[in-house]
Amino acid sequence: MNPRLSQKIAFSLLFLATLLVVLPVVVILAIIVAKGASAISWEFLFSMPRDGMRAGGILPAILGTLYLVLGAVLFAVPLGVAAAVYLVEYSGNNRFSRLVKLAIVNLAGVPSVVYGLFGLGIFVIFFRFGASILSGALTLGIMILPVIITSSREALESVPRHFRTVSLSLGASRWQTIRHSVLPHALPGIMTGMILGLGRAAGETAPILFTVAAFYLPRLPQSVFDQTMALPYHLYVISTQVPGIPENVRYGTALVLLTLVLLLNLAAIILRSRFRGKKKW
Amino acid sequence: MVNRATKFSIQGLHVQYGGMYALRDLNLEIAANEIFTVIGPANSGKSTFLNSLNRLIDLEAHSRVSGMIRLDGIDIRAGLEVEALRRKVGIVFALPLPLPVSIYENVVYGLRMQGVRDAKSLDAAVERSLIESYLWEEVKDRLRTPAMNLSGGQQQRLCMARILAGQPDVLLFDEPTSGLDPISTARIEETMLVLKEKYTIVLVTNNVAQAARVGDRTAFFLMGEMIEVSETSTMFTTPADSRTSDYITGKFG
Repeated sequence: MNPRLSQKIAFSLLFLATLLVVLPVVVILAIIVAKGASAISWEFLFSMPRDGMRAGGILPAILGTLYLVLGAVLFAVPLGVAAAVYLVEYSGNNRFSRLVKLAIVNLAGVPSVVYGLFGLGIFVIFFRFGASILSGALTLGIMILPVIITSSREALESVPRHFRTVSLSLGASRWQTIRHSVLPHALPGIMTGMILGLGRAAGETAPILFTVAAFYLPRLPQSVFDQTMALPYHLYVISTQVPGIPENVRYGTALVLLTLVLLLNLAAIILRSRFRGKKKW
Repeated sequence: MVNRATKFSIQGLHVQYGGMYALRDLNLEIAANEIFTVIGPANSGKSTFLNSLNRLIDLEAHSRVSGMIRLDGIDIRAGLEVEALRRKVGIVFALPLPLPVSIYENVVYGLRMQGVRDAKSLDAAVERSLIESYLWEEVKDRLRTPAMNLSGGQQQRLCMARILAGQPDVLLFDEPTSGLDPISTARIEETMLVLKEKYTIVLVTNNVAQAARVGDRTAFFLMGEMIEVSETSTMFTTPADSRTSDYITGKFG
């Protein structure tokens, strides 16, 4: 075949493949916006649900999801980063660290409903936190831990080795070296892991099903030991469990969830690019 | 040379990497305020020797060190915290490796790690050490700009200033001019000749002519063994060992 023709065909195929990846995203967004935008109003976003969720707003679900995501990140980021620092900077490549790395890979493959059952067993029942924001946030936190550890490890490993050598050669201790010459440069990568974790925690239904999510609770949570509504579960409920919900309310809820995740991501991306601006090597 | 105080005294130093000898039974004394140069082909153990002196060798996985190194009579393993040792025995690496922060922050890094916070003494240390490394005039108006923007030769002098800020005893140079042009190289060499009035210098170089230009005494390393050590002028006129003369006349290496 003519090499120019075959090149054209190859590029066309590659372009088509890329298009096919983007297409579903665009279609999903378009459908959700088209069908849901009419439901969005001040009242929808900032008031309590009424009439068994057939009227009123979704404020408790929005706030509930925000609390859960925030709680999960507050729990998982320090823990995950600390574990990653230990694995990369201290433990070396011994049997223990290989075992831990294997465990993390497996943790990432556990289905989310299993996390839900785990959370029910440990936090709700064993620790007697009950079905509460605390239980739900901890469960989500454990679910996103592998993402955070893995991306933090990659971020730490991508910091050039000579930063450590130079710092140690100037009389810094190992901890000072990590604190001043490694962690600051790994921060953008750690942020990336946080972003990925945020998105997952906000969107998952199964882990909150048994640990926190309320079917219908038209008031705001007062403490971390309260149950709360949450957007993904609320969406499931009004789509399948309650008859007579207007279609635009269902799509409107999906739109709010999607926007929330995108906003959280956007905030994290801005934060990350701020840090990355300082990176000069 | 004979009457000078001994700075480093090395006895029976062996270094292994996972069973392979990198340095074998090294016995050596380095006098205060001399420039002691080490020459030899690749894999002769020169850098291993240098890294043993400030225990950077400990960072290498699978490295095993035995024997005794004393600095001013003190065992550098038993008698000193490793951080204190590395402050006394600074090192300049083959490539200029500034940290990705400003010129100022590069110079004060070691001091900050020691807990020095007072802005006046930090400023003073920056000025003093940049003057000592002959960089002050070129950078005094842009101390807060990124060190990465400096030229290679300037970066290498910044790396010298970074050590000098900690008021060390000994300066180790690991082929410090291998990545530099001849003019930058000459400036680094001139700087060394001045610095030896205050500091002891150990220079590892793959450039035989450089050893001849700046060294007071020179050692020739080959495959982990020290073949010969003598006054530099003796080494380059009447070497005792035929391998030494082969190397310095360029027959191998």
